[in-house]
Amino acid sequence: MSTAIDYLLHLADNAVVLGQRDAEWCGHGPILEEDLALANVSLDLIGQARLLYQRAATLMGGDATEDKLAYFRDAADFRNYTLLELPHHGPLVGYAASDRDYATTIVRNFLYSALMVHLWDALTRSSDSELAAIAAKSVKEATYHLHHSRDWLVRFGDGTDESHARAQAAVDHLMPYTEEFWASSPAETAAAEAGVGVDVRTLRAGWDALVNDAFAEATLTRPACRGYVTQGKLGLHSEHLSFLLGEMQSLARAHPNGCW
Amino acid sequence: MYTQSFNVPDKGQKTAAVTPSLEDPELMARFDARIDADGRIEPQDWMPEAYRKTLVRQISQHAHSEIVGMLPEGNWISRAPSLKRKAILIAKVQDEGGHGLYLYSAAETLGTSRDQMLDGLHSGRAKYSSIFNYPTLTWADVGVIGWLVDGAAIMNQIPLCRCSYGPYARAMVRVCKEESFHQRQGYEALLVMMKGTDEQKAMVQDAVNRWWWKCLAMFGPPDADSPNSAQGMRWGIKRISNDDLRQKFVDATVPQAKVLGVTLPDPDLKWNEARQHHDYGQIDWQEFWDTVDGNGPCNKERLSTRVKAHNDGQWVRDAAQAYARKQKERAIKEAA
Ligand SMILES: [Fe+2]
Ligand SMILES: [Fe+2]
Ligand SMILES: [Fe+2]
Repeated sequence: MSTAIDYLLHLADNAVVLGQRDAEWCGHGPILEEDLALANVSLDLIGQARLLYQRAATLMGGDATEDKLAYFRDAADFRNYTLLELPHHGPLVGYAASDRDYATTIVRNFLYSALMVHLWDALTRSSDSELAAIAAKSVKEATYHLHHSRDWLVRFGDGTDESHARAQAAVDHLMPYTEEFWASSPAETAAAEAGVGVDVRTLRAGWDALVNDAFAEATLTRPACRGYVTQGKLGLHSEHLSFLLGEMQSLARAHPNGCW
Repeated sequence: MYTQSFNVPDKGQKTAAVTPSLEDPELMARFDARIDADGRIEPQDWMPEAYRKTLVRQISQHAHSEIVGMLPEGNWISRAPSLKRKAILIAKVQDEGGHGLYLYSAAETLGTSRDQMLDGLHSGRAKYSSIFNYPTLTWADVGVIGWLVDGAAIMNQIPLCRCSYGPYARAMVRVCKEESFHQRQGYEALLVMMKGTDEQKAMVQDAVNRWWWKCLAMFGPPDADSPNSAQGMRWGIKRISNDDLRQKFVDATVPQAKVLGVTLPDPDLKWNEARQHHDYGQIDWQEFWDTVDGNGPCNKERLSTRVKAHNDGQWVRDAAQAYARKQKERAIKEAA
Protein backbone atom coordinates (compact mmCIF):
# COMPACT_ATOMS: atom_id res chain seq x y z
CA MET A 1 0.00 0.00 0.00
CA SER A 2 2.62 2.54 1.06
CA THR A 3 4.63 1.56 -2.03
CA ALA A 4 1.89 2.93 -4.23
CA ILE A 5 1.47 6.01 -2.03
CA ASP A 6 5.14 6.97 -2.18
CA TYR A 7 5.11 6.55 -5.92
CA LEU A 8 1.90 8.52 -6.39
CA LEU A 9 3.32 11.36 -4.30
CA HIS A 10 6.42 11.47 -6.49
CA LEU A 11 4.26 11.80 -9.60
CA ALA A 12 1.89 14.29 -7.97
CA ASP A 13 4.68 16.47 -6.58
CA ASN A 14 6.27 16.61 -10.04
CA ALA A 15 3.02 17.82 -11.51
CA VAL A 16 2.15 20.39 -8.86
CA VAL A 17 5.64 21.90 -8.70
CA LEU A 18 5.98 22.34 -12.45
CA GLY A 19 2.35 23.49 -12.67
CA GLN A 20 3.14 26.15 -10.08
CA ARG A 21 6.24 27.26 -11.97
CA ASP A 22 4.61 27.42 -15.39
CA ALA A 23 1.68 29.44 -14.02
CA GLU A 24 4.16 32.18 -13.11
CA TRP A 25 4.07 33.23 -16.76
CA CYS A 26 0.36 34.01 -16.65
CA GLY A 27 0.09 37.69 -17.59
CA HIS A 28 3.80 37.97 -18.45
CA GLY A 29 4.24 35.81 -21.53
CA PRO A 30 6.29 36.92 -24.54
CA ILE A 31 3.16 36.92 -26.69
CA LEU A 32 -0.47 36.58 -25.71
CA GLU A 33 -0.82 33.18 -27.37
CA GLU A 34 1.98 31.88 -25.14
CA ASP A 35 0.29 33.16 -21.98
CA LEU A 36 -2.62 30.95 -22.98
CA ALA A 37 -0.47 27.98 -23.97
CA LEU A 38 1.53 28.00 -20.73
CA ALA A 39 -1.68 28.39 -18.74
CA ASN A 40 -2.94 25.27 -20.53
CA VAL A 41 0.17 23.33 -19.62
CA SER A 42 -0.13 24.49 -16.05
CA LEU A 43 -3.81 23.57 -15.88
CA ASP A 44 -3.06 20.08 -17.17
CA LEU A 45 -0.34 19.61 -14.58
CA ILE A 46 -2.45 20.88 -11.69
CA GLY A 47 -5.24 18.60 -12.90
CA GLN A 48 -2.86 15.62 -12.92
CA ALA A 49 -1.61 16.53 -9.46
CA ARG A 50 -5.14 16.67 -8.13
CA LEU A 51 -6.03 13.21 -9.44
CA LEU A 52 -2.78 11.72 -8.14
CA TYR A 53 -3.10 13.31 -4.70
CA GLN A 54 -6.72 12.21 -4.53
CA ARG A 55 -5.67 8.65 -5.31
CA ALA A 56 -2.91 8.81 -2.71
CA ALA A 57 -5.32 10.28 -0.15
CA THR A 58 -7.79 7.46 -0.76
CA LEU A 59 -5.08 4.87 -0.20
CA MET A 60 -3.85 6.70 2.91
CA GLY A 61 -7.33 6.91 4.40
CA GLY A 62 -7.94 8.91 7.57
CA ASP A 63 -8.21 12.66 7.02
CA ALA A 64 -5.84 12.81 4.07
CA THR A 65 -7.03 15.06 1.21
CA GLU A 66 -5.45 16.39 -1.95
CA ASP A 67 -5.00 19.79 -0.34
CA LYS A 68 -3.48 18.42 2.86
CA LEU A 69 -0.93 16.65 0.71
CA ALA A 70 -0.19 19.69 -1.44
CA TYR A 71 -0.32 22.40 1.21
CA PHE A 72 0.65 20.85 4.53
CA ARG A 73 3.76 18.86 3.70
CA ASP A 74 7.18 20.54 3.96
CA ALA A 75 9.87 20.72 1.31
CA ALA A 76 11.71 17.66 2.63
CA ASP A 77 8.52 15.62 2.19
CA PHE A 78 8.23 16.55 -1.48
CA ARG A 79 9.42 13.92 -3.93
CA ASN A 80 9.59 15.88 -7.19
CA TYR A 81 12.56 15.98 -9.51
CA THR A 82 14.81 18.92 -8.62
CA LEU A 83 14.65 20.05 -12.26
CA LEU A 84 11.02 21.06 -11.84
CA GLU A 85 11.44 23.38 -8.86
CA LEU A 86 14.13 25.60 -10.43
CA PRO A 87 13.18 29.20 -11.20
CA HIS A 88 12.85 30.26 -14.83
CA HIS A 89 16.41 31.48 -15.14
CA GLY A 90 20.01 30.36 -15.05
CA PRO A 91 21.89 28.99 -12.05
CA LEU A 92 21.53 31.39 -9.12
CA VAL A 93 21.18 30.90 -5.38
CA GLY A 94 17.76 30.54 -3.78
CA TYR A 95 17.28 34.17 -2.76
CA ALA A 96 18.76 35.74 -5.90
CA ALA A 97 16.33 37.66 -8.13
CA SER A 98 16.43 37.60 -11.90
CA ASP A 99 14.14 38.12 -14.89
CA ARG A 100 12.37 35.02 -16.12
CA ASP A 101 13.90 33.47 -19.22
CA TYR A 102 11.49 31.81 -21.63
CA ALA A 103 14.24 29.57 -23.02
CA THR A 104 14.71 28.02 -19.58
CA THR A 105 10.95 27.43 -19.36
CA ILE A 106 10.78 25.82 -22.77
CA VAL A 107 13.85 23.62 -22.35
CA ARG A 108 12.63 22.39 -18.96
CA ASN A 109 9.15 21.62 -20.30
CA PHE A 110 10.72 19.81 -23.22
CA LEU A 111 13.07 17.66 -21.12
CA TYR A 112 10.30 16.74 -18.70
CA SER A 113 7.54 16.07 -21.23
CA ALA A 114 9.94 13.97 -23.33
CA LEU A 115 10.20 11.75 -20.27
CA MET A 116 6.53 11.86 -19.35
CA VAL A 117 5.19 10.77 -22.74
CA HIS A 118 7.09 7.51 -22.16
CA LEU A 119 6.40 7.26 -18.44
CA TRP A 120 2.66 7.89 -18.71
CA ASP A 121 2.42 5.52 -21.63
CA ALA A 122 4.07 2.75 -19.56
CA LEU A 123 1.83 3.59 -16.59
CA THR A 124 -1.30 2.99 -18.63
CA ARG A 125 -0.38 -0.65 -17.89
CA SER A 126 0.01 -0.08 -14.13
CA SER A 127 -1.49 -2.73 -11.84
CA ASP A 128 -3.23 0.16 -10.04
CA SER A 129 -6.16 0.66 -12.38
CA GLU A 130 -6.80 4.16 -11.00
CA LEU A 131 -3.24 5.17 -11.80
CA ALA A 132 -3.55 3.55 -15.22
CA ALA A 133 -6.62 5.69 -15.91
CA ILE A 134 -4.82 8.87 -14.80
CA ALA A 135 -1.90 7.87 -17.04
CA ALA A 136 -4.18 7.40 -20.03
CA LYS A 137 -5.43 10.96 -19.64
CA SER A 138 -2.01 12.38 -18.83
CA VAL A 139 -0.19 10.84 -21.77
CA LYS A 140 -2.35 12.88 -24.13
CA GLU A 141 -1.57 16.04 -22.20
CA ALA A 142 2.16 15.27 -22.08
CA THR A 143 2.10 14.72 -25.84
CA TYR A 144 0.70 18.22 -26.29
CA HIS A 145 3.28 19.65 -23.86
CA LEU A 146 6.02 17.89 -25.81
CA HIS A 147 4.82 19.31 -29.13
CA HIS A 148 4.50 22.79 -27.73
CA SER A 149 7.92 22.86 -26.08
CA ARG A 150 9.67 21.07 -28.92
CA ASP A 151 8.31 23.53 -31.49
CA TRP A 152 9.68 26.43 -29.49
CA LEU A 153 12.94 24.67 -28.76
CA VAL A 154 13.54 24.32 -32.49
CA ARG A 155 12.49 27.93 -33.16
CA PHE A 156 14.92 29.14 -30.50
CA GLY A 157 17.81 26.91 -31.52
CA ASP A 158 17.38 27.68 -35.21
CA GLY A 159 16.05 31.24 -34.79
CA THR A 160 18.30 34.21 -34.06
CA ASP A 161 21.78 34.31 -32.55
CA GLU A 162 20.27 35.50 -29.29
CA SER A 163 17.61 32.81 -29.12
CA HIS A 164 20.17 30.14 -29.99
CA ALA A 165 22.50 31.34 -27.24
CA ARG A 166 19.66 31.44 -24.71
CA ALA A 167 18.46 27.97 -25.64
CA GLN A 168 21.97 26.52 -25.48
CA ALA A 169 22.58 28.16 -22.10
CA ALA A 170 19.33 26.71 -20.79
CA VAL A 171 20.25 23.26 -22.10
CA ASP A 172 23.68 23.49 -20.48
CA HIS A 173 22.11 24.59 -17.21
CA LEU A 174 19.28 22.06 -17.08
CA MET A 175 20.64 18.92 -18.70
CA PRO A 176 22.61 17.75 -15.64
CA TYR A 177 19.36 17.72 -13.63
CA THR A 178 17.94 15.08 -15.96
CA GLU A 179 20.46 12.55 -14.60
CA GLU A 180 18.08 12.34 -11.64
CA PHE A 181 15.50 10.74 -13.93
CA TRP A 182 17.65 7.60 -14.26
CA ALA A 183 18.87 7.01 -10.72
CA SER A 184 16.07 4.82 -9.38
CA SER A 185 14.76 5.77 -5.96
CA PRO A 186 13.62 3.12 -3.45
CA ALA A 187 10.03 4.26 -4.08
CA GLU A 188 10.39 3.77 -7.82
CA THR A 189 12.08 0.41 -7.48
CA ALA A 190 9.43 -0.87 -5.07
CA ALA A 191 6.62 0.45 -7.28
CA ALA A 192 8.15 -1.17 -10.37
CA GLU A 193 8.49 -4.49 -8.57
CA ALA A 194 4.89 -4.31 -7.42
CA GLY A 195 3.73 -3.62 -10.98
CA VAL A 196 2.35 -0.23 -9.94
CA GLY A 197 5.24 1.77 -11.39
CA VAL A 198 7.83 1.57 -14.12
CA ASP A 199 11.56 0.94 -14.05
CA VAL A 200 12.64 4.36 -15.35
CA ARG A 201 15.83 2.97 -16.81
CA THR A 202 13.77 1.21 -19.45
CA LEU A 203 12.62 4.62 -20.71
CA ARG A 204 16.04 6.07 -21.26
CA ALA A 205 16.58 5.01 -24.86
CA GLY A 206 13.25 6.48 -25.91
CA TRP A 207 13.98 9.72 -24.10
CA ASP A 208 17.46 9.95 -25.61
CA ALA A 209 16.02 9.53 -29.08
CA LEU A 210 13.51 12.35 -28.59
CA VAL A 211 16.13 14.65 -27.11
CA ASN A 212 18.85 13.96 -29.66
CA ASP A 213 16.45 14.34 -32.55
CA ALA A 214 15.09 17.67 -31.29
CA PHE A 215 18.55 19.03 -30.48
CA ALA A 216 19.78 18.12 -33.94
CA GLU A 217 16.86 19.92 -35.55
CA ALA A 218 17.39 22.88 -33.23
CA THR A 219 21.17 22.90 -33.95
CA LEU A 220 21.83 22.65 -30.21
CA THR A 221 24.68 20.73 -28.61
CA ARG A 222 23.98 18.13 -25.96
CA PRO A 223 26.42 18.67 -23.10
CA ALA A 224 28.15 15.83 -21.26
CA CYS A 225 26.92 15.49 -17.68
CA ARG A 226 29.32 14.67 -14.87
CA GLY A 227 29.40 14.82 -11.11
CA TYR A 228 26.59 15.52 -8.67
CA VAL A 229 23.23 13.95 -9.42
CA THR A 230 20.33 15.78 -7.81
CA GLN A 231 18.08 13.89 -5.40
CA GLY A 232 14.82 15.78 -5.22
CA LYS A 233 12.84 12.57 -5.52
CA LEU A 234 14.50 11.43 -2.29
CA GLY A 235 13.42 14.65 -0.58
CA LEU A 236 16.80 16.34 -0.83
CA HIS A 237 16.06 19.50 -2.81
CA SER A 238 17.68 22.64 -4.13
CA GLU A 239 17.40 25.95 -2.29
CA HIS A 240 14.50 26.89 -4.54
CA LEU A 241 11.76 24.52 -3.43
CA SER A 242 11.19 26.00 0.02
CA PHE A 243 10.64 29.43 -1.57
CA LEU A 244 8.20 27.97 -4.06
CA LEU A 245 6.27 26.12 -1.35
CA GLY A 246 6.52 29.05 1.06
CA GLU A 247 4.56 31.10 -1.43
CA MET A 248 2.21 28.38 -2.61
CA GLN A 249 1.27 27.22 0.88
CA SER A 250 1.18 30.58 2.66
CA LEU A 251 -2.54 31.32 2.50
CA ALA A 252 -3.71 27.76 3.18
CA ARG A 253 -1.43 27.57 6.21
CA ALA A 254 -2.47 30.99 7.51
CA HIS A 255 -6.03 29.63 7.68
CA PRO A 256 -5.61 25.97 8.55
CA ASN A 257 -9.31 25.72 9.42
CA GLY A 258 -10.47 27.69 6.40
CA CYS A 259 -12.65 26.21 3.72
CA TRP A 260 -12.21 27.30 0.14
CA MET B 1 -13.94 41.73 -18.01
CA TYR B 2 -14.91 45.10 -19.18
CA THR B 3 -14.51 48.63 -18.95
CA GLN B 4 -16.12 52.00 -18.73
CA SER B 5 -14.64 52.04 -22.19
CA PHE B 6 -15.91 54.33 -24.83
CA ASN B 7 -17.18 57.00 -22.54
CA VAL B 8 -13.55 57.69 -21.86
CA PRO B 9 -11.58 59.34 -24.62
CA ASP B 10 -8.02 58.15 -25.24
CA LYS B 11 -5.29 60.66 -24.59
CA GLY B 12 -5.28 63.54 -27.08
CA GLN B 13 -8.66 62.61 -28.47
CA LYS B 14 -11.39 65.19 -28.78
CA THR B 15 -14.58 64.21 -27.06
CA ALA B 16 -16.94 65.85 -29.53
CA ALA B 17 -18.44 63.40 -31.99
CA VAL B 18 -17.05 63.84 -35.50
CA THR B 19 -19.68 65.26 -37.78
CA PRO B 20 -20.35 62.87 -40.64
CA SER B 21 -20.92 65.68 -43.15
CA LEU B 22 -17.63 65.04 -44.99
CA GLU B 23 -18.75 61.58 -46.05
CA ASP B 24 -20.42 60.69 -49.34
CA PRO B 25 -24.11 61.49 -48.69
CA GLU B 26 -25.41 58.52 -50.67
CA LEU B 27 -23.23 55.97 -48.85
CA MET B 28 -24.00 57.71 -45.60
CA ALA B 29 -27.73 57.46 -46.24
CA ARG B 30 -27.44 53.73 -46.97
CA PHE B 31 -25.38 53.22 -43.82
CA ASP B 32 -27.89 55.16 -41.72
CA ALA B 33 -30.74 53.14 -43.17
CA ARG B 34 -28.98 49.90 -42.26
CA ILE B 35 -28.41 51.13 -38.71
CA ASP B 36 -32.02 52.32 -38.42
CA ALA B 37 -33.24 48.91 -39.55
CA ASP B 38 -31.06 47.37 -36.82
CA GLY B 39 -28.95 45.65 -39.47
CA ARG B 40 -25.37 44.54 -39.02
CA ILE B 41 -22.35 46.29 -40.49
CA GLU B 42 -19.67 43.85 -41.68
CA PRO B 43 -15.94 44.51 -42.30
CA GLN B 44 -16.30 44.73 -46.10
CA ASP B 45 -19.20 47.23 -45.84
CA TRP B 46 -18.73 50.93 -46.28
CA MET B 47 -18.79 52.83 -42.99
CA PRO B 48 -18.16 56.42 -42.00
CA GLU B 49 -14.65 57.12 -40.70
CA ALA B 50 -15.96 58.29 -37.35
CA TYR B 51 -17.85 55.04 -36.85
CA ARG B 52 -14.70 53.06 -37.67
CA LYS B 53 -12.57 55.16 -35.33
CA THR B 54 -15.06 54.90 -32.51
CA LEU B 55 -15.19 51.15 -32.86
CA VAL B 56 -11.42 50.71 -33.01
CA ARG B 57 -11.12 52.82 -29.89
CA GLN B 58 -13.84 50.94 -28.06
CA ILE B 59 -12.82 47.42 -29.08
CA SER B 60 -9.13 48.00 -28.47
CA GLN B 61 -9.86 49.54 -25.06
CA HIS B 62 -11.90 46.48 -24.30
CA ALA B 63 -9.08 44.18 -25.48
CA HIS B 64 -6.51 46.08 -23.43
CA SER B 65 -8.80 45.79 -20.41
CA GLU B 66 -8.90 42.03 -20.74
CA ILE B 67 -5.12 41.82 -20.93
CA VAL B 68 -4.37 44.27 -18.13
CA GLY B 69 -7.16 42.60 -16.17
CA MET B 70 -5.12 39.38 -16.10
CA LEU B 71 -2.68 41.03 -13.69
CA PRO B 72 -4.73 41.79 -10.56
CA GLU B 73 -6.15 38.27 -10.41
CA GLY B 74 -2.96 36.66 -11.67
CA ASN B 75 -1.48 38.11 -8.49
CA TRP B 76 -3.15 35.31 -6.49
CA ILE B 77 -2.53 32.28 -8.74
CA SER B 78 0.64 31.25 -6.94
CA ARG B 79 -1.06 31.52 -3.53
CA ALA B 80 -4.50 30.09 -4.27
CA PRO B 81 -5.50 28.25 -1.10
CA SER B 82 -6.54 24.96 -2.73
CA LEU B 83 -5.63 23.17 -5.93
CA LYS B 84 -9.21 23.38 -7.15
CA ARG B 85 -9.27 27.17 -6.69
CA LYS B 86 -5.86 27.46 -8.29
CA ALA B 87 -7.10 25.63 -11.38
CA ILE B 88 -10.28 27.72 -11.53
CA LEU B 89 -8.28 30.92 -11.25
CA ILE B 90 -5.72 29.96 -13.89
CA ALA B 91 -8.57 29.01 -16.23
CA LYS B 92 -10.31 32.30 -15.55
CA VAL B 93 -7.25 34.44 -16.15
CA GLN B 94 -6.61 32.40 -19.27
CA ASP B 95 -10.17 33.11 -20.45
CA GLU B 96 -9.54 36.83 -20.03
CA GLY B 97 -6.46 36.48 -22.23
CA GLY B 98 -8.62 34.65 -24.77
CA HIS B 99 -11.12 37.54 -24.68
CA GLY B 100 -8.25 39.87 -25.42
CA LEU B 101 -7.33 37.75 -28.42
CA TYR B 102 -10.82 37.68 -29.96
CA LEU B 103 -11.21 41.38 -29.38
CA TYR B 104 -7.88 42.26 -30.99
CA SER B 105 -8.97 40.11 -33.94
CA ALA B 106 -12.34 41.88 -34.12
CA ALA B 107 -10.59 45.26 -34.09
CA GLU B 108 -8.16 44.08 -36.78
CA THR B 109 -11.11 43.66 -39.15
CA LEU B 110 -11.33 47.46 -39.04
CA GLY B 111 -7.83 47.83 -40.45
CA THR B 112 -5.76 48.39 -37.31
CA SER B 113 -3.10 45.81 -36.43
CA ARG B 114 -2.58 44.24 -33.02
CA ASP B 115 0.89 45.81 -32.93
CA GLN B 116 -0.57 49.26 -33.50
CA MET B 117 -3.09 48.72 -30.74
CA LEU B 118 -0.46 47.39 -28.33
CA ASP B 119 1.64 50.40 -29.15
CA GLY B 120 -1.26 52.60 -28.08
CA LEU B 121 -1.51 50.74 -24.78
CA HIS B 122 2.21 50.67 -24.07
CA SER B 123 2.75 54.34 -24.87
CA GLY B 124 -0.08 55.28 -22.51
CA ARG B 125 -2.21 56.75 -25.32
CA ALA B 126 -4.93 54.11 -25.20
CA LYS B 127 -7.05 53.60 -22.10
CA TYR B 128 -8.13 50.40 -20.45
CA SER B 129 -10.70 49.84 -17.76
CA SER B 130 -9.74 51.74 -14.67
CA ILE B 131 -11.08 49.02 -12.41
CA PHE B 132 -7.79 47.17 -12.90
CA ASN B 133 -5.81 50.01 -11.36
CA TYR B 134 -6.79 48.92 -7.87
CA PRO B 135 -4.78 46.35 -5.91
CA THR B 136 -5.89 42.81 -5.06
CA LEU B 137 -4.95 42.66 -1.39
CA THR B 138 -6.41 39.36 -0.26
CA TRP B 139 -7.69 36.11 -1.70
CA ALA B 140 -11.27 37.35 -1.23
CA ASP B 141 -10.58 39.97 -3.88
CA VAL B 142 -10.47 37.16 -6.43
CA GLY B 143 -14.02 36.09 -5.55
CA VAL B 144 -15.29 39.65 -5.33
CA ILE B 145 -13.81 40.54 -8.70
CA GLY B 146 -15.58 37.55 -10.22
CA TRP B 147 -18.87 38.44 -8.59
CA LEU B 148 -18.88 42.23 -8.95
CA VAL B 149 -16.38 43.18 -11.64
CA ASP B 150 -17.31 40.38 -14.03
CA GLY B 151 -20.91 41.02 -12.99
CA ALA B 152 -20.68 44.68 -13.97
CA ALA B 153 -18.89 43.63 -17.15
CA ILE B 154 -21.81 41.41 -18.10
CA MET B 155 -24.29 44.24 -17.58
CA ASN B 156 -22.15 46.39 -19.84
CA GLN B 157 -21.56 43.75 -22.46
CA ILE B 158 -24.89 41.97 -22.90
CA PRO B 159 -26.23 44.92 -24.89
CA LEU B 160 -23.05 44.80 -27.01
CA CYS B 161 -24.07 41.36 -28.29
CA ARG B 162 -26.55 43.40 -30.36
CA CYS B 163 -23.92 45.95 -31.38
CA SER B 164 -24.27 47.11 -34.99
CA TYR B 165 -20.75 45.95 -35.91
CA GLY B 166 -20.92 42.22 -36.69
CA PRO B 167 -17.47 40.98 -35.59
CA TYR B 168 -17.71 42.83 -32.27
CA ALA B 169 -21.24 41.59 -31.60
CA ARG B 170 -20.23 37.99 -32.31
CA ALA B 171 -17.11 38.24 -30.11
CA MET B 172 -19.33 39.59 -27.34
CA VAL B 173 -21.69 36.62 -27.48
CA ARG B 174 -18.83 34.26 -26.67
CA VAL B 175 -17.23 36.60 -24.16
CA CYS B 176 -20.50 37.13 -22.28
CA LYS B 177 -21.00 33.38 -21.84
CA GLU B 178 -17.60 33.08 -20.23
CA GLU B 179 -18.02 36.20 -18.12
CA SER B 180 -21.23 34.87 -16.62
CA PHE B 181 -19.43 31.65 -15.80
CA HIS B 182 -16.74 33.74 -14.05
CA GLN B 183 -19.36 35.61 -12.13
CA ARG B 184 -21.00 32.44 -10.85
CA GLN B 185 -17.65 30.94 -9.90
CA GLY B 186 -16.63 34.10 -8.05
CA TYR B 187 -19.89 34.23 -6.17
CA GLU B 188 -19.70 30.52 -5.32
CA ALA B 189 -16.14 30.96 -3.97
CA LEU B 190 -17.45 33.71 -1.69
CA LEU B 191 -20.40 31.62 -0.52
CA VAL B 192 -17.95 28.92 0.57
CA MET B 193 -15.76 31.45 2.39
CA MET B 194 -18.80 32.90 4.17
CA LYS B 195 -19.43 29.44 5.63
CA GLY B 196 -15.85 29.34 6.91
CA THR B 197 -13.98 30.97 9.77
CA ASP B 198 -14.57 34.48 11.14
CA GLU B 199 -11.33 35.58 9.48
CA GLN B 200 -12.59 34.36 6.14
CA LYS B 201 -15.89 36.21 6.53
CA ALA B 202 -14.06 39.39 7.49
CA MET B 203 -11.85 38.96 4.43
CA VAL B 204 -14.91 38.82 2.16
CA GLN B 205 -16.55 41.86 3.74
CA ASP B 206 -13.32 43.84 3.51
CA ALA B 207 -12.99 43.01 -0.18
CA VAL B 208 -16.61 44.00 -0.85
CA ASN B 209 -15.99 47.29 0.94
CA ARG B 210 -12.99 48.06 -1.22
CA TRP B 211 -14.50 47.07 -4.58
CA TRP B 212 -18.15 48.17 -4.41
CA TRP B 213 -17.77 51.82 -5.33
CA LYS B 214 -15.13 51.09 -7.94
CA CYS B 215 -17.58 48.71 -9.62
CA LEU B 216 -20.34 51.31 -9.72
CA ALA B 217 -17.92 53.67 -11.43
CA MET B 218 -17.20 51.02 -14.09
CA PHE B 219 -20.41 52.01 -15.88
CA GLY B 220 -18.86 55.36 -16.68
CA PRO B 221 -19.79 58.94 -15.89
CA PRO B 222 -23.43 59.96 -15.36
CA ASP B 223 -25.39 60.27 -18.59
CA ALA B 224 -25.35 64.06 -18.36
CA ASP B 225 -21.53 64.02 -18.57
CA SER B 226 -21.10 61.35 -21.26
CA PRO B 227 -20.24 63.18 -24.46
CA ASN B 228 -19.80 60.06 -26.59
CA SER B 229 -22.95 58.30 -25.53
CA ALA B 230 -25.47 59.99 -27.82
CA GLN B 231 -23.47 59.22 -30.96
CA GLY B 232 -22.85 55.67 -29.71
CA MET B 233 -26.59 55.17 -29.26
CA ARG B 234 -27.29 56.57 -32.71
CA TRP B 235 -24.86 54.08 -34.24
CA GLY B 236 -26.11 51.09 -32.36
CA ILE B 237 -22.76 50.73 -30.58
CA LYS B 238 -24.26 51.64 -27.27
CA ARG B 239 -27.75 50.45 -26.42
CA ILE B 240 -28.38 51.36 -22.80
CA SER B 241 -27.18 54.46 -20.97
CA ASN B 242 -24.53 54.41 -18.23
CA ASP B 243 -26.94 55.35 -15.49
CA ASP B 244 -29.52 52.78 -16.57
CA LEU B 245 -26.91 50.03 -16.59
CA ARG B 246 -25.62 51.13 -13.21
CA GLN B 247 -29.14 51.04 -11.79
CA LYS B 248 -29.66 47.56 -13.19
CA PHE B 249 -26.44 46.42 -11.60
CA VAL B 250 -27.35 47.83 -8.19
CA ASP B 251 -30.81 46.30 -8.30
CA ALA B 252 -29.39 42.89 -9.27
CA THR B 253 -26.59 42.94 -6.69
CA VAL B 254 -28.49 43.94 -3.55
CA PRO B 255 -30.32 40.61 -3.17
CA GLN B 256 -27.14 38.66 -4.00
CA ALA B 257 -25.29 40.50 -1.22
CA LYS B 258 -28.09 39.60 1.16
CA VAL B 259 -27.87 35.90 0.32
CA LEU B 260 -24.12 36.06 0.70
CA GLY B 261 -24.40 37.76 4.08
CA VAL B 262 -22.35 40.86 3.36
CA THR B 263 -23.32 44.51 3.54
CA LEU B 264 -22.72 46.92 0.69
CA PRO B 265 -20.79 49.94 1.99
CA ASP B 266 -23.35 52.65 1.19
CA PRO B 267 -25.55 54.15 3.94
CA ASP B 268 -27.81 55.70 1.28
CA LEU B 269 -28.52 52.40 -0.41
CA LYS B 270 -32.24 51.60 -0.01
CA TRP B 271 -35.28 50.48 -1.94
CA ASN B 272 -37.33 53.30 -3.42
CA GLU B 273 -40.93 52.14 -3.70
CA ALA B 274 -41.94 54.97 -6.02
CA ARG B 275 -39.11 54.38 -8.48
CA GLN B 276 -39.20 50.60 -8.05
CA HIS B 277 -35.41 50.77 -7.89
CA HIS B 278 -32.73 51.10 -5.25
CA ASP B 279 -31.42 54.57 -4.47
CA TYR B 280 -27.70 54.78 -3.88
CA GLY B 281 -25.15 57.33 -2.75
CA GLN B 282 -22.73 59.61 -4.55
CA ILE B 283 -19.88 58.07 -6.52
CA ASP B 284 -16.53 59.79 -6.04
CA TRP B 285 -15.96 60.91 -9.64
CA GLN B 286 -12.88 62.90 -8.76
CA GLU B 287 -11.19 59.70 -7.63
CA PHE B 288 -12.44 57.93 -10.77
CA TRP B 289 -11.01 60.55 -13.11
CA ASP B 290 -7.72 60.69 -11.21
CA THR B 291 -7.39 56.97 -11.79
CA VAL B 292 -8.45 57.17 -15.43
CA ASP B 293 -5.86 59.90 -15.89
CA GLY B 294 -3.12 57.58 -14.68
CA ASN B 295 -2.87 58.55 -11.04
CA GLY B 296 -4.61 55.68 -9.29
CA PRO B 297 -2.98 53.23 -6.91
CA CYS B 298 -1.67 50.73 -9.48
CA ASN B 299 -1.70 52.44 -12.89
CA LYS B 300 2.06 52.61 -13.17
CA GLU B 301 2.58 49.04 -11.99
CA ARG B 302 -0.01 47.65 -14.36
CA LEU B 303 1.25 49.47 -17.41
CA SER B 304 4.95 48.93 -16.70
CA THR B 305 4.30 45.23 -16.22
CA ARG B 306 2.61 44.99 -19.62
CA VAL B 307 5.44 46.94 -21.22
CA LYS B 308 8.06 44.77 -19.53
CA ALA B 309 6.40 41.53 -20.63
CA HIS B 310 6.27 42.86 -24.19
CA ASN B 311 9.89 44.06 -24.21
CA ASP B 312 11.23 40.95 -22.50
CA GLY B 313 9.40 38.85 -25.07
CA GLN B 314 10.88 40.64 -28.06
CA TRP B 315 13.65 38.05 -28.57
CA VAL B 316 11.04 35.26 -28.52
CA ARG B 317 8.95 36.90 -31.22
CA ASP B 318 12.10 37.68 -33.22
CA ALA B 319 13.17 34.04 -32.98
CA ALA B 320 9.79 32.83 -34.21
CA GLN B 321 9.98 35.21 -37.17
CA ALA B 322 13.56 34.32 -38.03
CA TYR B 323 12.74 30.63 -37.88
CA ALA B 324 9.65 31.04 -40.07
CA ARG B 325 11.71 32.97 -42.59
CA LYS B 326 14.37 30.24 -42.68
CA GLN B 327 11.72 27.57 -43.11
CA LYS B 328 10.24 29.45 -46.02
CA GLU B 329 13.63 29.84 -47.67
CA ARG B 330 14.30 26.14 -47.20
CA ALA B 331 10.96 25.29 -48.78
CA ILE B 332 11.70 27.51 -51.78
CA LYS B 333 15.15 25.96 -52.19
CA GLU B 334 13.67 22.49 -52.01
CA ALA B 335 11.04 23.33 -54.62
CA ALA B 336 13.69 24.77 -56.97
FE1 LIG C 1 -14.65 41.80 -20.71
FE1 LIG D 1 -13.07 38.89 -20.00
FE1 LIG E 1 -14.16 37.49 -16.79
